[in-house]
Amino acid sequence: MNIIVCVKQVPDTTEIKIDPDTNTLIRSGVHSIVNPFDGYALEAAARIKDTHPDTKIVALSMGPGQAQTALKECLAIAADKAYLISDRAFGGSDTLATSYILSAGVKKLEELEGKFDMIFCGKQAIDGDTAQVGPELAEHLGLPQVTYALEAWLEENCLKVLKEDGDQKLLLQVCTPCLITFTKPAFDPRYPSIKRRLAANRVQIPVLGAAELPGIDLARAGLKGSPTKVKRTFCPERKKGGVIIREESGLASAAKLFHMLEDARLI
Amino acid sequence: MATIYTEDQISVQELIGDFMKKKVKPYLRELDDRGEFPQDIYKEAFKLGLHCLQIPEEFGGAGLDYVTMAVALEEMGKCDPGFAITMLSTSMTLKCILLGGNKEQKQRAADILIPGAHGCFSMTEPLAGSDALGLRTTACEDGDDYILNGTKCFATNGGYSDLYVIIATVDKSLGSKGTVAFMVEGDTPGLNVGKHENKMGLRLSNTCDLYLENVRVPKTNMLGSVGDGIRIALAGLDTGRIYNAAIAVGIAQNAIEESVAYAKTREQFGKPIFENQALKMMLADMQIGTEAGRQLVFNAMRLLDGGVKKVSMEASCAKTFCSDNAVKVTTDAVQILGGYGYSKEYPVEKMMRDSKIFQIFEGTNQIQRLVIAKEMAKLY
Repeated sequence: MNIIVCVKQVPDTTEIKIDPDTNTLIRSGVHSIVNPFDGYALEAAARIKDTHPDTKIVALSMGPGQAQTALKECLAIAADKAYLISDRAFGGSDTLATSYILSAGVKKLEELEGKFDMIFCGKQAIDGDTAQVGPELAEHLGLPQVTYALEAWLEENCLKVLKEDGDQKLLLQVCTPCLITFTKPAFDPRYPSIKRRLAANRVQIPVLGAAELPGIDLARAGLKGSPTKVKRTFCPERKKGGVIIREESGLASAAKLFHMLEDARLI
Repeated sequence: MATIYTEDQISVQELIGDFMKKKVKPYLRELDDRGEFPQDIYKEAFKLGLHCLQIPEEFGGAGLDYVTMAVALEEMGKCDPGFAITMLSTSMTLKCILLGGNKEQKQRAADILIPGAHGCFSMTEPLAGSDALGLRTTACEDGDDYILNGTKCFATNGGYSDLYVIIATVDKSLGSKGTVAFMVEGDTPGLNVGKHENKMGLRLSNTCDLYLENVRVPKTNMLGSVGDGIRIALAGLDTGRIYNAAIAVGIAQNAIEESVAYAKTREQFGKPIFENQALKMMLADMQIGTEAGRQLVFNAMRLLDGGVKKVSMEASCAKTFCSDNAVKVTTDAVQILGGYGYSKEYPVEKMMRDSKIFQIFEGTNQIQRLVIAKEMAKLY
């Protein structure tokens, strides 16, 4: 199995300050870490490697040169290879541009490292909290996706995914290649050994710039390629309640749903 | 910061610091109360390789240099010195075999300990403490084997080890020339674990008596040959003292950080007690002593990294100074926290209890001063 794990370097704080003029994060002077949700994605990949030792894990990040530190952390924990996508032309990218550039990066990695079976991402980054990059990346690549996964494992070469879905959990089977985004599982991600941690310090991480991503349309990257304007940030309120329809058969459930929608004059 | 840390040293410090904060610190009070050996936590620490930090990479260790080892030990000691001593004892046991053993013995020992097991080095006996040559454990030749008999005490990790190094004598009248060192596997019949010491501090560390009753070990388990026992046992002595000094620096640093945090928030007479000049004098002295101790440790470690073989003077200076400082600083921390400092609800009384042993083991501070004076007589 070949797994790409997408990671983002984020500021390590729960008290992120926001610049009132630009509505964006003030990043200077804050210690950086691997986005915790990306850490869960890496742990999920490592667990697949535990059971299938021939698995190759490649960590991929986009960001400034200092994001190499985050990739070294991934190499220490479980990744076999790591690549950084970095170019001045990519600065200021919003989620749409970022996911587009990452999709070009994935295509390049397929040339370098072979076809991928799975792409694992964190459900969202703790700095931007958009939860958009993973799903958008899947769309750019035309891959099936599962979001908010807790665990993923291989069963007779099929990928089984346990995912969070409101108050319930769903067990899904997914065809590969696919993209999965992960949320916090019940277990703690592993620590690297000191030996692997120090070995990672000596790795030269290849940097892929715009020139190394053939066919990339720079009009879709960086500030130019970013239609998003931040007006305000807020956490959407979670909808409660809802109606659960569970009739004798699927057909009966569908009929009941149809009547309910009809009664509400929605169809 | 005492010195400019390398990228590796920062990685080691951050990784160990994070592990200690998340996996050890939340359970410290309960573990200290119960005095039980937290084997589950130690098994997690094995996965990080904290028990074989300085073992060369060819044997599966992390291959740290001495200065980086000091950084690692300070970080462990800062959270819990009993934890640090537990990990260090395994490392020292294996290092002893790597120093004194042949190729086959080294590999065998590494294969037992590196994947995740405790090791125990045992020399001390009820009548042989500072006077190592007073040891009475006997090794009698019997065909292809030796048969060991005797009683050991204060054996760190004694109750939980898969591999022991036991120092004995074939003939007490021969003095050091009769001493032998054996690798003994944990399941060897006749190697019985006695009572666990109910200690004042280092409650996360296991300290046991060992009873050797006709313990049969093959000659192939002897490290070196007859007469090498004390030499092998003492080969790691100087470095062991510096390691202990590094842990003592960690205890003192922890006490400083707790004291400053408390002094800044505790208000009396309408202001934080930190604003009282008398308290500032105490805190400054705590900082001066701890920083000076850290530099003694780093200096001794740099000498070892630089290939200097004989560091007895520097090792004893570091060990004595850092342990005396740890006792003083932790006692002052209790004073600064006042009634709360004396309470088990707050962390500093544990530090005071933990620090005391550092003036006692690895050669008492009185013995250290004898070593220092002996070196002075040669030097000046």
